[in-house]
Amino acid sequence: MAEIPFVTIFTVFVLAIFVGYHVVWNVTPALHTPLMAVTNAISGIIIVGAMLHTVQVGSGEELKIGLSTWLGALAVFLASINIFGGFLVTERMLEMFKKKKK
Amino acid sequence: MSQYADWFYLIAAILFILSLRGLSSPLGARQGNLYGMIGMAISIVITYLMTPNAANFLLFGALIAGAAIGAYRAKTVEMTQMPETVAMMHSLVGLAAVLIAVAAVFHEGVEHDGIHRFELFLGCFIGAITFTASVVAYLKLAGKAGSKPLKGGWVKPVQATLAIVMIGLGIHYFITENITSFLAMTAVALVLGYFLIAPIGGGDMPVVVSMLNSYSGWAAAGIGFTLNNSVLIICGSLVGSSGAILSYIMCKAMNRSLLNVIFGGMGSSSDAGPAAGSGVQKNYKSGSPDDAAFLMSNADSVVIVPGYGLAVARAQHALQEFASLLAEKGVKVRYAIHPVAGRMPGHMNVLLAEAEVPYENVLEMEEINSDFATTDVVLIIGANDVVNPAAKNDPSSPIYGMPILEANKARTILVVKRSMATGYAGLDNDLFYMDKSMMIFGDAKKVVEDMIKGLH
Repeated sequence: MAEIPFVTIFTVFVLAIFVGYHVVWNVTPALHTPLMAVTNAISGIIIVGAMLHTVQVGSGEELKIGLSTWLGALAVFLASINIFGGFLVTERMLEMFKKKKK
Repeated sequence: MSQYADWFYLIAAILFILSLRGLSSPLGARQGNLYGMIGMAISIVITYLMTPNAANFLLFGALIAGAAIGAYRAKTVEMTQMPETVAMMHSLVGLAAVLIAVAAVFHEGVEHDGIHRFELFLGCFIGAITFTASVVAYLKLAGKAGSKPLKGGWVKPVQATLAIVMIGLGIHYFITENITSFLAMTAVALVLGYFLIAPIGGGDMPVVVSMLNSYSGWAAAGIGFTLNNSVLIICGSLVGSSGAILSYIMCKAMNRSLLNVIFGGMGSSSDAGPAAGSGVQKNYKSGSPDDAAFLMSNADSVVIVPGYGLAVARAQHALQEFASLLAEKGVKVRYAIHPVAGRMPGHMNVLLAEAEVPYENVLEMEEINSDFATTDVVLIIGANDVVNPAAKNDPSSPIYGMPILEANKARTILVVKRSMATGYAGLDNDLFYMDKSMMIFGDAKKVVEDMIKGLH
C-alpha cells in the first residue's frame, strides 16, 4: 500500500462527514426508513476491505489459503448480504412511494 | 491498475453521495438508488482487479451466497419487520469489520506500524460493539427477547469496567503487538456491546437503531483508515453522520437527550407509572364504528393520526380503503405522522406507502399542526403518547416538552383503541376524557372494517 500521510486521509474523513451532514439533512423525513436501508447497503462497502484479505498468502510457488483468507471470505459473505439486501429492499420501498400516481 | 484505482473510487464515492442526495424527494429517490448500486459495482470490480492472487473460488462463493441471501431477504421481508431487519444488517457490518481487522492482524508477512495498529484497534472494537449491540437490538425488536431493560445499580460500573479493560488491552496491543491482547480486546468489546444496549428499553429502540446505523458507519470508516482506502472512509463517514442525524431527530421527537437514552436506561417507562392508576374516576364517551363512520362522512375534513398499533393490527390497508371511500364522498382526508410513530425513523410513512396511500396526503408534524384547529374530525388509531396534550401543558408530566400532534384542537376527536390502557410512556391521556372525544374500542382492523360497512 502506498504511504499516504495520515493527515491527508484524515482530511478526507472530516470533509466526508461535512458532506454527509448536509446531504442527510436534506432527506425528506418520509424517506428516513429507505435512507437507513440504503446506508446499510453503502456500509457494505466494507466488502472492499474484506476482498483485500481474501487472497492467497505466501509467495512464489508457495501460495496457499490461510486463516486470514477464510476470515476475509466470511467478511465478504456478510458484506454481500448487506449490499444486495440493502439496495434491493430500498428499491422495493421506493417503488411503493412511486406507484400511487394516478 | 492500482494507480488508477483511486480515480474509480472517487467516482464511486460521488455516486454514493448522489444516492443519498436523491432521497430528498420521492421523485429522484429511485434514480439515486441506482447510482448507489453503480457505485458499489465499480468499487467491487476495481478492488478485484487490483487484488493479485485473489482466492477466486472462496471470493466468488462468498459473494454469490451473500447476494442470494440478501436478495431473498429483501424480497420477502414484511415492512413491519424493517426495524429488526435493519438492526440485523448493522450487526453484519460490525461483524465484517471485526473479521477484517482480525484477518489483518493474522495476515502473514504484513508488518503493522504504530498508527496502523491504532487504526486496527479502533476499527475492531467499534465493529465488535456494533455487532453485539445490534444483535441485542434485533432480538428486542423482533420480540425474541423481552423489551424490558436490564436494570440495577451494577450496570453502569460493569459498563465502565469493560470499557477500561478494553482500552487497556488495546493499548497493550499497541505497544507490544501481542495478538492475544488484540483478541482479548475484541472479546471484551463484544461483551460491552451487549451491556450497552441491554439496559435500554423497547420504547427507545428508534434511537438505538439510528445510533447503531451510525456506529456501523464509523466501523467501516475505521477499517478504511487501516487500509488507507478513501472510498471506505468516505462511505463510512456518510453513513456515520446519517445515523447520527437520525438519532438526533428521534431524540428531539421524544424530548430526550442522546446521553439520557444511552445512559439513562429509562425508556421503558415501567418506573414512570404514577399517573396511570391515579384513582380518580374520569368519564369518557364511547361509541360504535357506525357512529364514527357517520360523523366522518358528514365532515368536511378528516385527519387520521396512525400509530404503531395500526401496523400491529395490520389495519393500514383497510384504513386506506376507508379513507378513499370518504374522499369519494368529498371529504378531505389527510394523514398526520409523528416522527416516532413507528419503530424506526420514517417507518409509518413506509407502512402507509405500502398500503398505497398517496404520499401527498401524508403530512409531517410541522406541516399539519396548524391545521388541526380547522379540522372537523381527527381519527386517532393506535397512537397515544404522541397526541397527549400533557406534553404541552403539564410541566409535571414526564413527557412534558415532547412535540406532539395537536389533535386536541380539532372539533371532534375519535380514538380507536383496544382499551383504556396506557401507551409506551405509561401515562394517562386527558385527550380521551374531553367532551368532544369519543372512544371506539376494539381491534383496529376490525373497527376500520366495521367503519367501512357503516359508510355503505
